[in-house]
Amino acid sequence: MELNPIWLTLKLAGITTLLLLIIGLPVAWWLSKGRSFFKIMIEATITMPLVLPPSVLGFYLLIAFSPQHGLGKWLLQTFNIQFVFSFQGLVLASVIYSMPFMLGPIKSALQQLPLSLSQASYSLGKTKWQTFIHVLLPNIKPSLLTAMVLTFAHTLGEFGVVLMIGGNIPNVTRVASIAVYDSVEQMDYATANVYSLILFTITFVMVVAVFIFNKYQLKSPLE
Amino acid sequence: MIIVDIEKKLKAYHGQQVLKVAEKFPLGSITQISGPSGAGKTTFLKIIAGFIQPEKGSIVVDGVSWLDTASKTFVPPQKRMAGFVFQDYALFPNMTVKQHLEYATNDTAWIEKLLSIGKLETFVKHKPEYLSGGQQQRLAILRALAIKPKLLLMDEPFSALDPEMKSALIGELKVIFDELGLTVLIVTHNRQELDNISNHSFFINP
Repeated sequence: MELNPIWLTLKLAGITTLLLLIIGLPVAWWLSKGRSFFKIMIEATITMPLVLPPSVLGFYLLIAFSPQHGLGKWLLQTFNIQFVFSFQGLVLASVIYSMPFMLGPIKSALQQLPLSLSQASYSLGKTKWQTFIHVLLPNIKPSLLTAMVLTFAHTLGEFGVVLMIGGNIPNVTRVASIAVYDSVEQMDYATANVYSLILFTITFVMVVAVFIFNKYQLKSPLE
Repeated sequence: MIIVDIEKKLKAYHGQQVLKVAEKFPLGSITQISGPSGAGKTTFLKIIAGFIQPEKGSIVVDGVSWLDTASKTFVPPQKRMAGFVFQDYALFPNMTVKQHLEYATNDTAWIEKLLSIGKLETFVKHKPEYLSGGQQQRLAILRALAIKPKLLLMDEPFSALDPEMKSALIGELKVIFDELGLTVLIVTHNRQELDNISNHSFFINP
């Protein structure tokens, strides 16, 4: 039995979580302030992967980034980047698919902080960025951790979307969830069981760790 | 002189009402602001600080325009640097007493002086959740003073203090106000408590 699918899965989940943290923090902050129609539309679009069948999202990504035409062709010719049947394609799909799991908890936590916290910081001459880094971010730490763990765990469990855009290429796109499916197809239940058990253990330990951490931390810092 | 002439719609339980203020506050004066609940006292202070924008009006502080809706002038709160004491204190839950003041200023001697005025020297490493209501309120006042503002806006700043602490603190604050040449606007429900230090009063009608 190969361990490569497990490493590939962990690498994918790690990169996705890191990228979503970088993208998610400013976007969640922006979404947490005010409610224009434009923001509602953006938020609805970001939330779509929660309700959309993963295969649908994967199908559209496959069409959009197909190297034969359109955007995919242009990316290949201009930057020599191919998203279909490649690891970077898995990363792109995972970032889109797991985005609501990163944005949701961060945005809610930011919205729950009283407006007067930011105002107090502004009155001291601090910029919006300084306020975000020194006042807002430290006070949403438990939600930030929850968002990161949810994103990581959700990426570990991806199947439909990664299968559609990445296929099943050993050492490139064959992540653990696909390896489980592949093993079952080949009637190799023992291997499927090992992959499943590893995935189950990792996610269970992570979720329990978050529950334990949040038992002491999740209460609002203002309580 | 601080010249304020503003108009702001307020949402009220029984529909909408309009906050209209046209008033002059001499520089260096200490003004009590009173009025019934819901009249817009807090909103008025927040408009001066730059947290809320009125529909119409202007604010001129010592000859400098902070706001003029006609010419679309708006100086952001960061540039106004008006000290603000919030009714809910708005302390930063992640910071200790000392970190609150260090976030506002690098002047360590000034920080020590403020801690002594607020009788918080022994609580420097405490976060707000481990302070009493009165201590939290004093920290909110000290934080606003830390930036040595020219204008100080205080929203019911003494409500959580016992009478003894209140009178001692007000006495010490008066010295600081004079030292810094501060113009102070204080929203209060208890007009007597400020009789010794205020020299101007102003009533906001709903």
